[in-house]
Amino acid sequence: MLYREAGQFKASYEADQQIFPILQDRVGVLLLIGFFALVVPLIADQYWLKAILIPVLIFSLAAIGLNILTGYAGQLSLGSAAFMAVGAFGAYNFMLRIDGMPFLVAILLGGLCAALVGVMFGLPSLRIKGFYLAVATLAAQFFIVWALVKIEWFSNYSSSGVITAQEIEILGYAFDGPVSKYLLTLFVVVVMALLAKNMVRSTTGRAWMAVRDMDVAAEVIGIRLMRTKLTAFAVSSFYCGVAGALYAYTYIGTVEPEGFNLDLSFRILFMIIIGGVGSIMGSFLGAAFIVLLPIALDVFVPMFLGDLVSSSFVSNLQLIVFGGLIVFFLIVEPHGLARLWQIGKEKLRLWPFPH
Amino acid sequence: MAREIGDVILKMEGISLSFGGVKALTNISFDVREHEIRSIIGPNGAGKSSMLNVINGVYHPQEGQVTFRGEVRRDMEPHKAATQGIARTFQNIALFKGMSVLDNIMTGRNLKMKCNLFHHALHWGKARAEEIEHRKKVEEVIDFLEIQSIRKTPVGRLPYGLQKRVELGRALAAEPSMMLLDEPMAGMNVEEKQDMCRFILDVNDQFGTTIVLIEHDMGVVMDISDRVVVLDYGKKIGDGVPDEVKNNPDVISAYLGTSH
Repeated sequence: MLYREAGQFKASYEADQQIFPILQDRVGVLLLIGFFALVVPLIADQYWLKAILIPVLIFSLAAIGLNILTGYAGQLSLGSAAFMAVGAFGAYNFMLRIDGMPFLVAILLGGLCAALVGVMFGLPSLRIKGFYLAVATLAAQFFIVWALVKIEWFSNYSSSGVITAQEIEILGYAFDGPVSKYLLTLFVVVVMALLAKNMVRSTTGRAWMAVRDMDVAAEVIGIRLMRTKLTAFAVSSFYCGVAGALYAYTYIGTVEPEGFNLDLSFRILFMIIIGGVGSIMGSFLGAAFIVLLPIALDVFVPMFLGDLVSSSFVSNLQLIVFGGLIVFFLIVEPHGLARLWQIGKEKLRLWPFPH
Repeated sequence: MAREIGDVILKMEGISLSFGGVKALTNISFDVREHEIRSIIGPNGAGKSSMLNVINGVYHPQEGQVTFRGEVRRDMEPHKAATQGIARTFQNIALFKGMSVLDNIMTGRNLKMKCNLFHHALHWGKARAEEIEHRKKVEEVIDFLEIQSIRKTPVGRLPYGLQKRVELGRALAAEPSMMLLDEPMAGMNVEEKQDMCRFILDVNDQFGTTIVLIEHDMGVVMDISDRVVVLDYGKKIGDGVPDEVKNNPDVISAYLGTSH
């Protein structure tokens, strides 16, 4: 009853083309952002901020990046973690080598480095599609991690390529506590998510989706395949790169190239599959799901089974449940959590009189 | 009728196209005049769709010459044809399945939109104004095709006949000077066919769009075309006004069959 658009008449195309056309959505999003920006810092403890909220936000951003490429433009990629690594090491080097480099500029430049590398590894997409492209992006994954370890300049000649992120300082204010780091991450992620939402609902996004759905038809109506695919690679890698920089600076602190391995790429891929391929909102849901599920299993399995089982059994059980849930989701709702949310909203619009 | 058939704008001369050993088109020549409805007919596998693909640059013929508005071209990319004002629909619907009707038709206007990625990301000022301006044009197309009620529906959920109509809309949105329609009425019932005929005639009449049409329904073709070209096994066997073609003995034996 509350979620209903009856009476909200749109008198102009402008009103009809707002980012969230339904009033309840606008209020909901504002409330959500307000809650996470104002209330959460007051009630969440260190553990929640550092181990749950910050990583969820960062992975959401990486998932948005992959979703732009895979969900919207239809180009399968297994190199997201490598692009994150480029962003992290790029930002590190800009901070290290240029005096007085502002932090926000550094992470954007890190993102731009990732975008350049992304375009380079996106070139094969002009010739190959689907699984074959995924294998080609695997090359990016292995090559970049290898290069970051091998070329010691990137890590300022530290052993095995480990870098320690510098202190963050913006306009003289040091972001050293979990609360301030959380707020900084939240700010960057929310802004970039809104920008992504804008991109996918405009000509750029329509061109991506056109290429995804039917590339011959897209070409015939004048969309340049090469430019569209490479833009998708650039924007996607930029998002992954910024996520990687945040990962190093506001989450882990000390990172090594091996931390951005194929495993992480797969985790991001799972996030968009479970969250919803081709949905910005789904990227957040998927990231939250993948980060929270192991933690929830950690807490709840011992709670219910108690001392009956050993801790090694619990960790194995975690993997089984995790895998099982992914399979379950793929079968029950291939379009992910975002689709469930969509269905829920459609039901809610009619509730309580569905006929 | 308001329209008046003008000069030749598209000239195909000695077009031959083969895929490996398979000859799809052999030495075909014909022309299309401005504002006319030109039909291409022929049995299955005659090379009709290949012909359209040659016209808009999806296929490149090994021999022959295509002249469009006085410009001879070779190895042209499809988007170039789009910039020259050639739009087309496909035999098997080639809509963007995951997008709404509105977005599909908006995509048809992509060439007319000038904002770049950064404008889009901010979606403010120029990008917004542009989006609204083109939305107005798209709404005109939606009105014209009488599909107002489905504008927000994902095209994958629409019945076949409406999908064909949306595809016509996407082509129209580009405001083309020439439209290539590949079996726009295939698989439709009589009513849907009537609607589609009306739209095609209206487009031709109101906007003066030149139409190259492939269609199997002989009643429709003979009724609405100005001139018809007949292909069989990649060769041209007839060309002319509908009455001429109907009485051409080659065409009758290859395609139309004798009437008793």
